[in-house]
Amino acid sequence: MISLDKLKKGDKAVVTDLITDSIPLTLLEMGCLPGNEITVLGLASKKGPIYLKIDDSHLSIDFVTASNVIVEIKN
Amino acid sequence: MVKTITVALIGNPNTGKSSVFNSLTGLKQKIGNYPGVTVEKKNGFFKIDRTTNVQLVDLPGTYGLNTQSIDQSIVFDLLLNKNNKDFPDVVIVVADVENLKRNLLLFSQIKDLEIPSILAINMADQLQSKGIEIDTNQLESDLDTKVVLLSARKNDGFEELKNELKNYRNLSDKPAFDINEIDPEYFSNLQKTFPGESIYKLWLLITQDINFTKLQRNKIDDKGKFKTQTESYLKKLQQRETIKRYQIINEILKKAYVKDNLKASGLRGVIDRILLHSIWGYLIFFSILLLIFQVIFDWSSIPMDFIDNTFVSISQSVKLSLPDGVFTSLISEGVLPGLAGILIFIPQIALLFFFISILEETGYMSRVVFLMDRTLRKFGLGGKSLIPLVSGVACAIPAVMATRNIENWKDRLITILVTPFMTCSARLPVYLILISLVIPSDKIFGISYQSLTLMGLYILGFLLAIFSSTILKAIIKRDSKSYLVLEMPDYRLPLIKNIVLNVYNKTRSFVVEAGKIIFAISILLWIMASSGPGSNYRNADEIIRSQYENVAISDDELQLNIESYKLENSYIGLVGKTIEPVIRPLGYDWKIGIALVTSFAAREVFVGTLSTIYNVGSEDQETIKSRMAKEKKSDGELVFNFPTGISLMLFYALAMQCMSTLAIVRKETNSWKWPIIQLIFMTTLAYFTSLIVYQILI
Repeated sequence: MISLDKLKKGDKAVVTDLITDSIPLTLLEMGCLPGNEITVLGLASKKGPIYLKIDDSHLSIDFVTASNVIVEIKN
Repeated sequence: MVKTITVALIGNPNTGKSSVFNSLTGLKQKIGNYPGVTVEKKNGFFKIDRTTNVQLVDLPGTYGLNTQSIDQSIVFDLLLNKNNKDFPDVVIVVADVENLKRNLLLFSQIKDLEIPSILAINMADQLQSKGIEIDTNQLESDLDTKVVLLSARKNDGFEELKNELKNYRNLSDKPAFDINEIDPEYFSNLQKTFPGESIYKLWLLITQDINFTKLQRNKIDDKGKFKTQTESYLKKLQQRETIKRYQIINEILKKAYVKDNLKASGLRGVIDRILLHSIWGYLIFFSILLLIFQVIFDWSSIPMDFIDNTFVSISQSVKLSLPDGVFTSLISEGVLPGLAGILIFIPQIALLFFFISILEETGYMSRVVFLMDRTLRKFGLGGKSLIPLVSGVACAIPAVMATRNIENWKDRLITILVTPFMTCSARLPVYLILISLVIPSDKIFGISYQSLTLMGLYILGFLLAIFSSTILKAIIKRDSKSYLVLEMPDYRLPLIKNIVLNVYNKTRSFVVEAGKIIFAISILLWIMASSGPGSNYRNADEIIRSQYENVAISDDELQLNIESYKLENSYIGLVGKTIEPVIRPLGYDWKIGIALVTSFAAREVFVGTLSTIYNVGSEDQETIKSRMAKEKKSDGELVFNFPTGISLMLFYALAMQCMSTLAIVRKETNSWKWPIIQLIFMTTLAYFTSLIVYQILI
């Protein structure tokens, strides 16, 4: 169980938990919800933002927001 | 009888909503601002048949009905307030074939507002290439709505959409989702407190309060009664609501939506690999930026010269054909130059928005934001601030207009405030003449001091922009958290219709909105320059003629001397003389003072004003330059010596001297507060910088 900002390019993971108080609701609306699969498509720099495919959406998120999304890596 | 129905167009960003809007309304669009805020309001009009007209309200793109930004609160306000004059009879929810699941989240929320709604699935022309099949009949029955497949690109499906609109009374307005499910106890209490009210609307009102406290227009007075839970708990409920909605949507799509993942094109991956590459990505972006900038510079100079010359010759012929007098002078020296001062910006504005539209339409803009966000965030800017900032090198006016693309208000405000520091093209003629006057043309390592100075001034402008945004970041209160959650849309070919309409709308809004202010100030400056107190101004003719009575002088020269004397004794001359004590410590005399005042119309006027004062009678650079080089103070020292030259360059680099920029900032921030702060801050900074530098140099 690690937070989303710790993932590397190419990693696949599943969202397990969200710290709802610290993330914008828009992120949930775009499909970042527990149980959904994530694929990391790229990182702009070592400190983000992170570019991912989640559910069917493609989005990029800054690292602070990403650190509030808890995931489990799948291989 | 003709009746007009109001239809709202809503949808996620990147669903091609504006293409749908443009296809339906064509040129019949009215673009303005929502009252009190700076969110663009787009209304359009079209006919369905002889008896039905439609007013189409294009709502800002949103992923859901929560209110975390000003944009979203506009949507919220309109859809919840039945007394709003734009309250829709029907809502069209625009979705796209690929992101249907996410689009349906918003659709289910709209449905729960109990407004008749239609689901328009756009980009249907891509169904086959993306390997997607949609069972519209199944969707219609499961969602209890009408579904229309659209293609704005191929202009397909619009007749069907209009048909559904015509029969809007047959549309269902039943909710799609039972909100009670997510927390029966909480919601039954809520319902008991407000019997007869729609439970979903109540829920939205409560969550509006927790998410966006700035705009509580629909405040519930006695919310203490039922707001028995903490904000944190309510946020959990919101999460549960979203999950629940997605569960229902997934169930529905299982039956009605099939996607063959093998057919999904790998185009995105390939292009992303190049455009987002950690080295190539940046190189490509900066090359594109350079190209845009170069093209704006090069291409706009031809129409700009054309506008300039046309107005000069019209002014000339007005002067020649009308009898001498105040009216002729008002037309030829006030009104026409005022108009020219507005129209001259059109080529740059149109070109910049042409390129920005292409970047937006293709999906590349999101990649730019992704690449630049982290770097710019350090300085209080966002990823989208870079384009306005760089376009500021051409002209601050289109640059400030381009900040509309920045969703976060604080990022946008800071970008607006710092962009005028960038070295705009109007500063260039001023720099060029001053540099050639005071900087030696010697070379160091093969590069002349003159070009080094010019480069230094460009760098100075950029550093100041970055530096002040870092300060502003700390000062300006944030009304919403600054985060980046950005959809990365698929790459698409731009639609020419969208680009043309965008360029047209932007240009039009500049001419109409900012143009008024620019025109008014131009006229004011003309009045000040063409009238003066006391007899010296009125009798300029006789005074000069008698002075030169016994001197051999050509008529032209005499006329120039009269003009110069008039300007000296006009109100503007008076202002120049009045501020002389204030500007003398900076190394300027009253003549430069006049040029500073007239520069307010546009910086490049500096050169023209000095040519009038020094009665050169020609705007040719070399002539003015040699005249300026000879100008001496009363003690015999040169006016344009090194310290004064440097001091002036710094003043032009830092001061807010452009009324057109102030006018556009007023329009874009919707108040005089920010342009006034900008004016005071920049000009004070300029004054003290020039003062200190001059005092050190002399």
